[in-house]
Amino acid sequence: MSVTLNALLKSPWVFHLSTGSCNNCDIEVLDCLTPRFDIERFGMLLAGSIKHADVLLVTGSCNRQSAERLKRLYDQVPKPCLVVAIGECSQSRGMFIHSYNCPKPLDAIIPVDVYIPGCPPKPEAIIAGVVNLIQKVKGAA
Amino acid sequence: MAKTILPIGPYHPLQEEPEFFTLTLDGETVVDVDVRLGYNHRGIEKLSERKTFDQSTFLVERICGICSTSHPFAFCQAVEDVIPLEVPLRAKYIRTIIAEGERIHSHLLWLGLAGHFLGYNTVYMWAWKLREEILDAMEILSGNRNNYAMFKPGGVRRDIKPEDIPAVLKKVDSIVPTLEMLKNAVIDDPVLHARLKGVGILSRQKSIDYSALGPTSRASGVARDVRKDSPYGAYDQMEWTMIVTQNGDVFDKAVVRILETFESVNIMKYCLEHLPPGEIDAHITSLPPGEGIGHIEAPRGETFHYVLSDGTNRPARHKVRAPSFMNIPTFKATVVGQELSDATIILASVDPCYCCTERVAVRDTKGEKLFNGKELLRLSWAKTERIKKELGVP
Ligand code: SF4
Repeated sequence: MSVTLNALLKSPWVFHLSTGSCNNCDIEVLDCLTPRFDIERFGMLLAGSIKHADVLLVTGSCNRQSAERLKRLYDQVPKPCLVVAIGECSQSRGMFIHSYNCPKPLDAIIPVDVYIPGCPPKPEAIIAGVVNLIQKVKGAA
Repeated sequence: MAKTILPIGPYHPLQEEPEFFTLTLDGETVVDVDVRLGYNHRGIEKLSERKTFDQSTFLVERICGICSTSHPFAFCQAVEDVIPLEVPLRAKYIRTIIAEGERIHSHLLWLGLAGHFLGYNTVYMWAWKLREEILDAMEILSGNRNNYAMFKPGGVRRDIKPEDIPAVLKKVDSIVPTLEMLKNAVIDDPVLHARLKGVGILSRQKSIDYSALGPTSRASGVARDVRKDSPYGAYDQMEWTMIVTQNGDVFDKAVVRILETFESVNIMKYCLEHLPPGEIDAHITSLPPGEGIGHIEAPRGETFHYVLSDGTNRPARHKVRAPSFMNIPTFKATVVGQELSDATIILASVDPCYCCTERVAVRDTKGEKLFNGKELLRLSWAKTERIKKELGVP
């Protein structure tokens, strides 16, 4: 494992990005940060700017307007960075798969490392997903 | 002084209408505000036309995660209005319970984020912790924390089991003491008075001119609430008060929401305690050609659905109007002339979106970045600190 990735996993800073979601996934991400679940215990912090982020939490079904901006934002993240797709929308576009405004799934736009299914996934599932992500990166070392 | 342009957005995860605000500043004062929509557009009205009425209920649930009851509620009423058909009383009660649970969690969510914007992060954490209790109650009732999937045209999808009711009542009761504390913390706090009173005033006349809805208009003295004006569900079965305040500033908007939460707790409890026996579904088998409308009071105001049926099992046309669509333009009346450090809380006071503020950036006209979202928040926090110091509050 690269030194950077190793260091990154000690305290991954997450940036939360919605690309056209119904906000439930986003609320559940915020829920993870509040006292009941409190992922700050594990060193995860919501970064205010994408340039400080190690992990991108992407929700939503990537509509035409946001897909472009998503690509641009992905280019701004310092690499290596990990991408987590949260919710059905960001995986298969879920209910919006036939929409004229959701042309491509997320992983056709940027590379995705971990998928957390659910509509919305419970905060427990999001935490488990991030743990899986860490294990996956460690396993790949 | 040269004008500064401040874009807020476009990413906006927390509401059904994603916005991109551009604030134009003269020094510290906001002189203009512009809104652009479309970053969250998923073509729901069109998608709805290729789904059956039953499937569309799930689709409209996903218009907005926070309003995941309001939209199906209004949609089901619109479909029932086509026939027209009266829903069984038990189903009405269950619908009301779910809708009020949603209002409680939505208002708590707003309170928390408003606290965050003012630098009161304790309020943020407390409110969200409190919200978890309601989500637990909803999970007991519906099996889901959000997107409850309780609604179907003609009734509700799941019954409430009598053995679950005590557990839910206990959960709902458990939030009252903390809510009381939060209420006192907001209503009696001299710092919040100094910080929020007289800020972002939406006058009664302006509120009517802009057709503001929900708590945004009720804080300006416009006593309008669909639950009272055109009762649906079980709202005409019990006594409850519509909260109306007169000043229209951010403080009043907060007060309306907090007091409304208490009313919602009472309505929810009443319905749980007086749940009538009977059917929960009217079993709609077919829909005649025709039109129907449904409107209900969502946490942010009136949600309106229109359905055109051509006699098949799909809507021929489905139109949705969410409350924020009416509330967002009021920024023109509230933000202009105010300080930049108040802009965050004024925008938030309408309860339009929170996360967009995380992606705020101040730019000068050449597009050079001066402030990002964090710094704008810090500006707001600094003002709170300044007021605290002036008042001698630790
Ligand atoms: S996956 Fe479901 S809950 Fe998440 S944004 Fe999409 S529709 Fe909403």
